[in-house]
Amino acid sequence: MSSSQSQASLSALADRWLPKLVLSPTLLISLVFVYGFIAWTGWLSLTESRLLPQMDLAGLIQYQALFENDRWWTAVANLGIFGGLFIGCTLAVGLFLAVLLDQKIRAEGTLRTIYLYPMALSFIVTGTAWKWMLNPDMGLQKVINDWGFPDFTFDWLVDPDKAIYTVVIAGVWQSSGFVMALFLAGLRGIDDSIIKAAQVDGASLPVIYWRIIIPSLRPVFFSVLLILSHIAIKSFDLVMALTGGGPGTASDVPAIFMYQFAFTRGQLGLGAASAMMMLMTIVAVLVPLMYMETRSAKRG
Amino acid sequence: MAKHLTPGRIVLYAALVLMAIYYLLPLYVMLSTSVKTLDDIRGGNLIALPQSITLDAWSKAWSSACTGVECGGMKGFFWNSVKMAVPSVLISTLIGAVNGYVVSMWRFRGSDVLFTLLLVGCFIPFQVVLLPMARLLGELGIANTTSGLVMVHVIYGLAFTTLFFRNFFVTIPDELVKAARIDGAGFWTIFFRILLPISGPIFMVCVIWQFTQIWNDFLFGVVFAAGEAQPITVALNNLVNTSTGVKEYNVDMAAAIIAALPTLFVYMVAGRYFVRGLTAGAVKG
Repeated sequence: MSSSQSQASLSALADRWLPKLVLSPTLLISLVFVYGFIAWTGWLSLTESRLLPQMDLAGLIQYQALFENDRWWTAVANLGIFGGLFIGCTLAVGLFLAVLLDQKIRAEGTLRTIYLYPMALSFIVTGTAWKWMLNPDMGLQKVINDWGFPDFTFDWLVDPDKAIYTVVIAGVWQSSGFVMALFLAGLRGIDDSIIKAAQVDGASLPVIYWRIIIPSLRPVFFSVLLILSHIAIKSFDLVMALTGGGPGTASDVPAIFMYQFAFTRGQLGLGAASAMMMLMTIVAVLVPLMYMETRSAKRG
Repeated sequence: MAKHLTPGRIVLYAALVLMAIYYLLPLYVMLSTSVKTLDDIRGGNLIALPQSITLDAWSKAWSSACTGVECGGMKGFFWNSVKMAVPSVLISTLIGAVNGYVVSMWRFRGSDVLFTLLLVGCFIPFQVVLLPMARLLGELGIANTTSGLVMVHVIYGLAFTTLFFRNFFVTIPDELVKAARIDGAGFWTIFFRILLPISGPIFMVCVIWQFTQIWNDFLFGVVFAAGEAQPITVALNNLVNTSTGVKEYNVDMAAAIIAALPTLFVYMVAGRYFVRGLTAGAVKG
């Protein structure tokens, strides 16, 4: 090991620029492929581009076309239905499971493993499995029929008014275990003495959960909402595998709209405009949530 | 507090078991359907046990099922996914490790801002980068190739991997690094000699997270690599939605399980890290 002065100062110099040098490729990549590409898409959304990109600005015509497109509004409405129900049900099921598992359960590890494994699957696999289970002729409907309820029908998958709800069913199945894991981690972080004190005061277990424990999970709620709304707005694979946006366009969501107009129908400008709308939705939903999350985390 | 089997506890366990059945049912249905014959599927019902077990559907799914016009099964696409996932995971994890090291231990003026700017990459809907990326891949001549997909996955994985390592390294006491610097250790010495040896768990978390994300990806696969280089998720979707001939549900299910096996396997052997990755990735992204 050398300790000569000049070498030491040389390595000190290296230590000053090395960190910046090491980080710069990633920053450059992020600058080009995230910020640059968003700008490019934004620009494209302001042009008349159809099959080929062209760069002359043409104002908001693509957004105008988008807002006059019925299919877009179907997709937006579906996102609203799917997003609301998916987030609500996943949150409820996840919290419910976490509270149940928090009751000093035997075999908790095994149960947790079972509840959480869907998260390891691709949405395409989940969609394929549920598509088969919800098959109106040979799926769950037939099981119930065979059990002695021959009039039972469950054909949401092929019903234009109900197809989007099948996406909710599969989505909740896939994601609720994950929410359970987050809530369980939150529950385990709560100070036992608060609960004991409430018990001494004569509060019943449901009251303790409702009044004390669940309110103290506020930060977890924000994280969960953040993740679930992110999943909902981006949802693409699950819908593709389960309904393909059908029957017809009945279960379209914005991500499918974007994919089809940009890549199979050769309407680049419109596709870009819908992508920008998705970005703006994410920003509009996530920024307030993140703001509230940091605030509630600071308060305790 | 000793827990006896009070009526309340019985209801509790019943609820837990019912939920377990709900989560396991699709897996059971996939497995049992995949070993049934088509006659058995048509005659029996979804949750009935198979009358006899046959692996024909599995071998067909692996080597001769039709995904669109091609009829080579999932085999080729499975290897496409392996060839895509392994390099993307390794490259993005290694770069993320060094990045995380810089933004946590070698902070310089503005590095926090740069890190925040980088994090935005975790949040964007990828739809906003698809069009320019498709064009770029075309111009580079790597559209519809596995190398193209590797590039895309590395680029959009960096924000996450950097975040993982940064969050891990900030928990390590500064004194450790300060002491090493006084002893004359430089940037790389500290990284390789001091930090890497204690970074095993976070490497596991990061590799598992990235592997699950990349293996399960559909969006990038379907947009950038339709055709021969398509990953298994895209092939599975094509297989299930190919509408020529008789619908072979047993083959669909076998193919779905094949597509799910690698990530399920990882979950089974390293579930602990998987959960930690989910929670860590979740807290910020």
